[in-house]
Amino acid sequence: MYDKPRFLPAGDRALFMELGDSIEEECNAVIRGIVDFICEANIKGIEEAVPTYRSILVYYDPFVMNFYETVKTMEMIYKRINIKFIKKGSVVEIPVLYGGDAGPDLPFVAKHARLTEDEVIEIHCSRDYLIYMLGFIPGFTYLGGMDERIATPRLERPRERIPAGSVGIAEKQTAIYSIDSPGGWRIIGLTPVKLYDPDREQPILPRVGDSIRFRAITREGFDEIKRRVEEGTYQPEVIRGEEE
Amino acid sequence: MKLFKAGITSIQDIGRFGYQAFGMPTAGACDQYAYRIGNILVGNDGSEASLECMFTGPTIEFEEETVFAITGGDFGATLNGARVYNWHSYRARPGDILQLGGVISGSMGYISFSGGIDVPPVMGSRSTYAKGRIGGLEGRYLKDGDCIGIGKGDLSTYGRQLEDIYIPHYERDITVRVILGPQDDYFTKSGIYTFLNSPYEVTQSSDRMGYRLKGTAIEHSKGADIISDGVPLGAVQVPGDGQPIIMLADRQTTGGYTKIATVITADIPKMAQARPGDVIHFKSISLKDAYWTYRHYKEQFEIIRWYVEHN
Repeated sequence: MYDKPRFLPAGDRALFMELGDSIEEECNAVIRGIVDFICEANIKGIEEAVPTYRSILVYYDPFVMNFYETVKTMEMIYKRINIKFIKKGSVVEIPVLYGGDAGPDLPFVAKHARLTEDEVIEIHCSRDYLIYMLGFIPGFTYLGGMDERIATPRLERPRERIPAGSVGIAEKQTAIYSIDSPGGWRIIGLTPVKLYDPDREQPILPRVGDSIRFRAITREGFDEIKRRVEEGTYQPEVIRGEEE
Repeated sequence: MKLFKAGITSIQDIGRFGYQAFGMPTAGACDQYAYRIGNILVGNDGSEASLECMFTGPTIEFEEETVFAITGGDFGATLNGARVYNWHSYRARPGDILQLGGVISGSMGYISFSGGIDVPPVMGSRSTYAKGRIGGLEGRYLKDGDCIGIGKGDLSTYGRQLEDIYIPHYERDITVRVILGPQDDYFTKSGIYTFLNSPYEVTQSSDRMGYRLKGTAIEHSKGADIISDGVPLGAVQVPGDGQPIIMLADRQTTGGYTKIATVITADIPKMAQARPGDVIHFKSISLKDAYWTYRHYKEQFEIIRWYVEHN
């Protein structure tokens, strides 16, 4: 994390506030604090703020404030943010059917790691993954901190269609595909939970700052949850709520 | 109205704002100038949805009385066989057939209707984002046989036209103004020079997400990858192969490639009207000049509205 933020122009209506040059929980927490503050304070002239790993893309209205005035505002907010008062997000459980048709690359990941498939699953389920950011498509989670023992390079030739709900590994990252999409990640499992559902009252389920814990389920468990998801009666289990 | 032939058409408006933090692209009309003028010509307040067609236009049978205007690219449109002109508003009656063909100049056409298109807004917008299956009609591009409703609007707004000086002419070789950054420090001096002094051709791999260009490779100094961050409208991404991609309305909200520069708001419409084979040159301007241009760009809509309504 930098000593003080850098500001970079992004055209005539946006700028980047960059807080660091690496993926760190603390930096990301400060970013979350700033974006929450902007949303609550409803600052005139700031139209939208997009939080990412280590920067915020701030869309401003140049009729209200220019680049330099926006920088001043953002610096003031930065000084007011105290890391101690940023809420810790919830931990949400995501059930996953690993291997088989649902996770065609599980055997490869296991072979690559010189582990059994069950060991890969156990390692993948053994920690909580912080949701650092959402993007590039609605509800896609950029998760942090996977165990390096199961890190696997991407496919040499990306698949044309990866179904929504697929859980993948690319290098040291793991993530869930929120919509059907082409992609080169190694797919190890499938969750029946819909991270993105345009017909739902809350279309995008994951929230930046929350964490995800994967739990291995059986085919029967998968079918049962899928049925409840389709009925609209399924709510993912919150293992630990928000903490002040 | 009923679409006999859909062409490559989707329902778009100003875009869906406030959800990029969740990974939701803004979508919306790629050429906001043509889209807004279309609405002004038919007497809408500015945020009603229009049809946007890319390269191939639709054939429509009207089922209700309405006023429409075609703006943006020229698709050689006819109403019941008689030529109708862009940047004019016309009256249509039930049974009238409006036919747009292949694009003759520009790439994107807009058909605006008095009262706008009657589809439900999703997350504050009627814009279609097909990949996320939301907005427009059932979250998809239109297909042959679709029926869509037109809202209730002012039916006295036909016979309007845009002053000649405000009508854009789509050249095949254009200069687009940019502000350098955010990652201009990831390129060598010669890389920046190449970017600002070489022609770049629009390739076939261009759509509402972005336009891929080809030309002299732009040289990086620190590599082409960054830790993924936000992608603003008009961002010029340069991946490892040195070939720029200009990001448009359906662009992904975040990405991990270096962004050498950002196209200014006022030049996005002109850029969006470029089609495969057209040539783009980039010119760097200061933030101060960009604000001046932006002010002029925004204010002209009010002037145009006044002229259109008082002539």
